[in-house]
Amino acid sequence: MIQLYVNGNQYSVDIDPGTPLLWVLRDTIGLTGTKYGCGIAACGACTVHVDGEPARACVTPVSSVAGKHITTIEGLSKDGGHPLQHAWIVEEVPQCGFCQSGQIMTAAALLARNPRPTDTDIDDAMSGIICRCGTYQRIRRAIRRAAQSKVKEE
Amino acid sequence: MGEMVTIGRRSFLKITAAAGGGLLIGFYLPARASGSGGRASDATAAFTPNAWIRVGTDDVVTLMVASSEMGQGVMTAIPMLAADELDADWSKVRIETAPAAREYFNPLIGQQLTGGSTAVRAFWMPVRQAGATARAMLLDAAAATWRVPVVECRTDTGAVIHRTSGRRLSYGALAHRAATRPVPKSVALKDPSEFRFIGTPVPRVDTPAKVVGAAVFGQDVRLPGMLTALVLRCPVFGGKLAGFDASAALAVAGVRQVFAIESGVAVVADGFWPAKVGRDALHVHWNEGAHAGLSSVLIERRFQAAALRPGAIARSLGNADAAEARSARKLDAIYEVPYLAHACMEPMNCTADVRADSCEIWAPTQAQTGAQRTAAKITGLAEERIKVHTTFLGGGFGRRSEQDFVAEAVQISKSVHAPVQLLWTREDDIQHDFYRPATYNRLSAGIGTHGALVSWRHHIVGPSIFARVFPESVKNGIDRTSVEGAADLPYAVPNIRVTYVLDDPGVPVGFWRSVGSSQNTFVTECFLDEIAHALGKDPYQFRRQLLKKHPRHRAVLDLAATNAGWGSPPPAGRHRGIAVAGSFGSYVAEVAEVSVSEHGKVRVHRVVCAVDCGMVVNPDTVVAQMESAIVYGLSAALADEITIKDGRVQQSNFDNYPVLRMDSMPEIEVHIVRSTEPPGGVGEPGTPPIAPAVANAVFTATGKPVRRLPIRLG
Repeated sequence: MIQLYVNGNQYSVDIDPGTPLLWVLRDTIGLTGTKYGCGIAACGACTVHVDGEPARACVTPVSSVAGKHITTIEGLSKDGGHPLQHAWIVEEVPQCGFCQSGQIMTAAALLARNPRPTDTDIDDAMSGIICRCGTYQRIRRAIRRAAQSKVKEE
Repeated sequence: MGEMVTIGRRSFLKITAAAGGGLLIGFYLPARASGSGGRASDATAAFTPNAWIRVGTDDVVTLMVASSEMGQGVMTAIPMLAADELDADWSKVRIETAPAAREYFNPLIGQQLTGGSTAVRAFWMPVRQAGATARAMLLDAAAATWRVPVVECRTDTGAVIHRTSGRRLSYGALAHRAATRPVPKSVALKDPSEFRFIGTPVPRVDTPAKVVGAAVFGQDVRLPGMLTALVLRCPVFGGKLAGFDASAALAVAGVRQVFAIESGVAVVADGFWPAKVGRDALHVHWNEGAHAGLSSVLIERRFQAAALRPGAIARSLGNADAAEARSARKLDAIYEVPYLAHACMEPMNCTADVRADSCEIWAPTQAQTGAQRTAAKITGLAEERIKVHTTFLGGGFGRRSEQDFVAEAVQISKSVHAPVQLLWTREDDIQHDFYRPATYNRLSAGIGTHGALVSWRHHIVGPSIFARVFPESVKNGIDRTSVEGAADLPYAVPNIRVTYVLDDPGVPVGFWRSVGSSQNTFVTECFLDEIAHALGKDPYQFRRQLLKKHPRHRAVLDLAATNAGWGSPPPAGRHRGIAVAGSFGSYVAEVAEVSVSEHGKVRVHRVVCAVDCGMVVNPDTVVAQMESAIVYGLSAALADEITIKDGRVQQSNFDNYPVLRMDSMPEIEVHIVRSTEPPGGVGEPGTPPIAPAVANAVFTATGKPVRRLPIRLG
């Protein structure tokens, strides 16, 4: 049995310890907001937070996150209220939307450690997440917007 | 129940007074709602097949979308058409995804299929008519209620208002009575000046679900008792299963069954991971078949040999051969483009539940009719017994108009007698695609004594998509998708000859965003720059001169050039390239600002895009689609290439099929031409000009024409 904390809930899962966290989230716990896009940590669609740090769930063995706190897109905020989620709506970022969980989770980790990222900081942090619809320009705008709104709040 | 009426030639509307007392017009109510994938509760409105629009007694207006939402914004655009003519209250609109049914056939395609940038073009009239009809009947109901002439009534935001007395009845309050009113034989549509939604940036309806992880894509479907399947397919195109040993796979905990299906060996398990581990443990022998020795080198040689054949004539104007023979100066070039994978972010998948007397499919599909027919064939059930639920699509780009993934899911569910979710890995997706055709092009141009372009010859060699999917449409050796963007060369050249040799090396080919124009526009727009360069002419002015009879091409060309600062020096170290193309009923010009490093690395800094897509439904969607089409085309211009060795695709995942990432993303600005022309497509037309715009900028930078994609220097 492996103990997991996902979005503040505790789970005990009886599973092959080598199973990637992604499939425990999607198939065992039933949280499908985290996506499978490549399976080799190349596209970032599966990005979640493990103890606040962004991690690629598709290559993270579930045994390695036992006892750690995992946050998925479903747990990023209550009712979609994270400044990034708001900015994503205002800037009309998503097209197909499939990569956007990974984009938002990566951006959230960026803003958590760097509340006022430069354009270079944004490109550096976000270039691991592929969007085939080409929403990158709007993602940049949305991150800037969210960063500004956070700074205003403070 | 209802009565059938015909409005116009194609729009069949069924009006039904239903149990809940609502007014029902047009299309069908599916079991599944859009957005979060919840179930449509509909206590106050009707439930009856055939409805685009449903008005509930609770004032909720339900609008159906028959096109697949794959990012292009169709789930917002189509309801905007109905809501506008209906004068609906957008805050009371609910949107549902239509099931597979004849009523939803795309009139431009003849089946329910989202492709060819047709959704708005196809439904522009019928959906507006459906909205206008509903509005007319609500007006009629209000007039009857108040015993006043209809002309004294008007509609505003979900209600009918009596002009003189100011009395007001909401659509919900009128729904019962409206359902009993006669259906008007014809209805007037709004003048564009009266549009309330059309032409405005109505926020996309799917965004809120997509920022919280709640949007249900194909891979997110969850059914009670659902199993997960992966399939091991022959790595060589056309190869067949010779035998397999399933014992190691079956020993993996969670693996339920292993068996052969048409495309390979299916491993069915309790979730993706055991299915994957089980599949990795399979021992399989393939009969690799006729293509076992195929390679990119052999394909190129084959195309070179095929190019010696005369080819079928796609366009002949004047006498290009004779004009070239007597021209003062000749230019010629060979252009080549590779096979390309679609690489949708969501790998292919499909969920099927086959039972003795029914079959349900949950699929991220562009082709509902195709899915229905595919499943009917495999199950032996009548098409009406096949229910298709369209989920959100994690990208489509033409790949999801295919039926391979549907067929596999249906075959597997039928065998295991349980709901099955078939998942493809990314490797499956890259290596078993229907690829954008590779082509080989021979071009030549004749220049007259005074420097005029007197002849243009373009000889295309490549496989045909339609030869597989729609063979009866290939007439006299011409697949129109193979020559689009080439045969319709807009430039004023007195002698033009475009020919096509259909040659298929055996790599499956399919529709890839902008189809033939994706490669042909690269070829024609780059060769045109070569000609301009040879004549010492400015590429923009040269195009302008040759586009006098094509004002829409010329207008976007001017708009892009002006906004890009064409004619003024570019920033230090940068070079500009320009290209223009008409495709899918729209016109797009793009100027790319590019630098080339001393190591030959090409960087695109800025793209200025001008588009004329006729009347605009949602301007922000048009901008987004241009951005998207440019990025998709940039990946192909700068990086993407599928190569073949030993009959196998050599690429497998994003590590060796690199696509554009944020650190290579240029600034893109989009300018839209104001137009009163009927709507054109917007999903695809932004792609064709980007590769040649970038290649032409590289040509300016290096002095060497780029004749092959992806662009590789040094």
